[in-house]
Amino acid sequence: MKIYVPLDSAAKALGACDVAATIRSEAATRGLDVEIIRNGTRGMIWLEPLVEVETPEGRVGYGAVDVADVPALLDGKLASLGLVDDLDWMKGQTRLTFQRCGVIDPLSLSDYEAHGGLAGLRRAIAMTAAEVVDEVTTSGLRGRGGAGFPTGIKWNTVLGAKADQKYIVCNADEGDSGTFADRMIMEGDPFTLIEGMVIAGLAVEATRGYVYLRSEYPDAIDVMEEAVRIARAAGVLGADVLGSGRAFDMEIRVGAGAYVCGEETSLLNSLEGKRGVVRAKPPLPALEGFLGKPTVVNNVISLATVPVILEKGAQHYAEFGLGRSKGTIPIQIAGNVKFGGLYETAFGMPLGDLVDKVAGGTLSGRPVKAVQVGGPLGAYMPREKFDTPFGYEEFDGQGGLIGHAGLVVFDDSADMRGMARFAMEFCAVESCGKCTPCRIGAVRGVETIDRIGQGDGAAVALLEDLCETMKDGSLCALGGFTPYPVLSALRAFPEDFNMVREAAE
Amino acid sequence: MADTQTTQTMQHILARHKGQEGPLLPILHSVQAEFGFIPGDVVQIIADDLNITRAEVHGVITFYHDFRDAPAGKHIVKICRAEACQAVGGNAISERAFEKLGVGWHGTTTNGAVTLEPVYCLGLCACGPAAMVDNKVVGRVDADKLDRLLQEAGA
Repeated sequence: MKIYVPLDSAAKALGACDVAATIRSEAATRGLDVEIIRNGTRGMIWLEPLVEVETPEGRVGYGAVDVADVPALLDGKLASLGLVDDLDWMKGQTRLTFQRCGVIDPLSLSDYEAHGGLAGLRRAIAMTAAEVVDEVTTSGLRGRGGAGFPTGIKWNTVLGAKADQKYIVCNADEGDSGTFADRMIMEGDPFTLIEGMVIAGLAVEATRGYVYLRSEYPDAIDVMEEAVRIARAAGVLGADVLGSGRAFDMEIRVGAGAYVCGEETSLLNSLEGKRGVVRAKPPLPALEGFLGKPTVVNNVISLATVPVILEKGAQHYAEFGLGRSKGTIPIQIAGNVKFGGLYETAFGMPLGDLVDKVAGGTLSGRPVKAVQVGGPLGAYMPREKFDTPFGYEEFDGQGGLIGHAGLVVFDDSADMRGMARFAMEFCAVESCGKCTPCRIGAVRGVETIDRIGQGDGAAVALLEDLCETMKDGSLCALGGFTPYPVLSALRAFPEDFNMVREAAE
Repeated sequence: MADTQTTQTMQHILARHKGQEGPLLPILHSVQAEFGFIPGDVVQIIADDLNITRAEVHGVITFYHDFRDAPAGKHIVKICRAEACQAVGGNAISERAFEKLGVGWHGTTTNGAVTLEPVYCLGLCACGPAAMVDNKVVGRVDADKLDRLLQEAGA
């Protein structure tokens, strides 16, 4: 009997390891021959630990399984969820980047290949560097870390740069609250990221890569390090990638708890062993990046999407999506929701459908007050903006951003002045200190919001002015985007700031 | 000056990182894994090895939240302060931890068992409030679960 018990840290955090151990011991007591596979998560976090049993009809799911449920599970007496692939949450998705996540054993390279892995890399090996770049450009893939810059154009700049050494740097410093797609794929399908990085290396003629992985993800670090060892032993990495005669190797580097290192230039400084202080641009990292050499810096999801683009073709990928937001986006649904998890779908689904239908509303059962989209630097979207389709330009047009595509849902008990204050406080804690609007502005922002809380109405104009200064004068998105949550909270929920809501007419 | 034992340990650590590009963070992680913190007297040794100044090494150590210049308690309990955990009552969990432990953020209990640290996101945003004890993640932390965790940690 084959049983799947996820090793994803969300599943672990809900007791998956105890469940796996109990299945092993109970099976031994019963003399059952059970093979336990520790897979990634399917992304239905409310069902974790989600245990799957292989049957001739497919994989049958049980969840959320508690240690006490294990005897009934092994006796076939536990109520099942049915076939996992037939669950509404799974059927509603278009899984391209996450096609294997939760399905395969994350550290089995043969399992990976059996499910389409390495097909993209094999195709890339048969192409010229420029052809690979062209394929990625045609797919319309844009940076999934938040900035949304076209990946192919970035790669083309690095390909065109002349240097004795170029680098691929993967930004796995996923610090935004409400986001866990990077963690999920690194834990659940690490070879996809490795394959994407090798393809990027071939495309821009870089032979070395680094994954800058945050220290808050110890489980992801373990899986990625093991996956790199396996890939190297199998010749996917090394001096002769899959016998192509071309070299690419990579290393996992661990961050040290600084949020700002998710900003690409401060990440590069950190990787070089310096303080994670933001660099002024230009020069672009594509021309002068890691150690001053041309460097591709891409988010985990951008790189992990490259294999499927090469496998199925740029056109196949580009056919999904909306306007200039092409392909699929793994949306992470979090906070106060009934059904939280990862939902990969084509761009274009309205925010309200995601919140009310996919996420099933709030866990508390109270009305939704606001949704913060795109992490701590994203705007709070009130219900009036729920018809906004999920896309880069569409959110920008509503004074928001999609960022790394995390949704954090709040019910009506949320104090939006408190959340605005927290945004400023967070910016003050995490500011790298290089530019004044962020370093000083965030501290003044906390003070100003406190004044508003004490009934000083005149401080509102001051806060708005401060936000303008931070927006225009900060070097990077930390200081530059902190005004998004602050101003959006202020505009949509003036009553939380002791202000009277202006009449609509 | 570092004692012979420390100097020897440092030579092993530095040898392990020879040839790495940008080795300072990996070195500091190794030092902290070995000693539990970054002892003041290793700064000069690292600086000499990398041919940078003590000030540069000090600057890097103090920039990052992870590196500590004094030993922590026996266990480090991290509680997520970020938005997704706040949306499901994370602040109440932090408050309860302050009360139970009698310390604030970065504080260590008087018996030396627990150091309490804030963390901004553990990627467990769909099963918050989240916490981490040493390297073990815990989701859906409520008052009972927190009390149990703190008790197991010896607080």
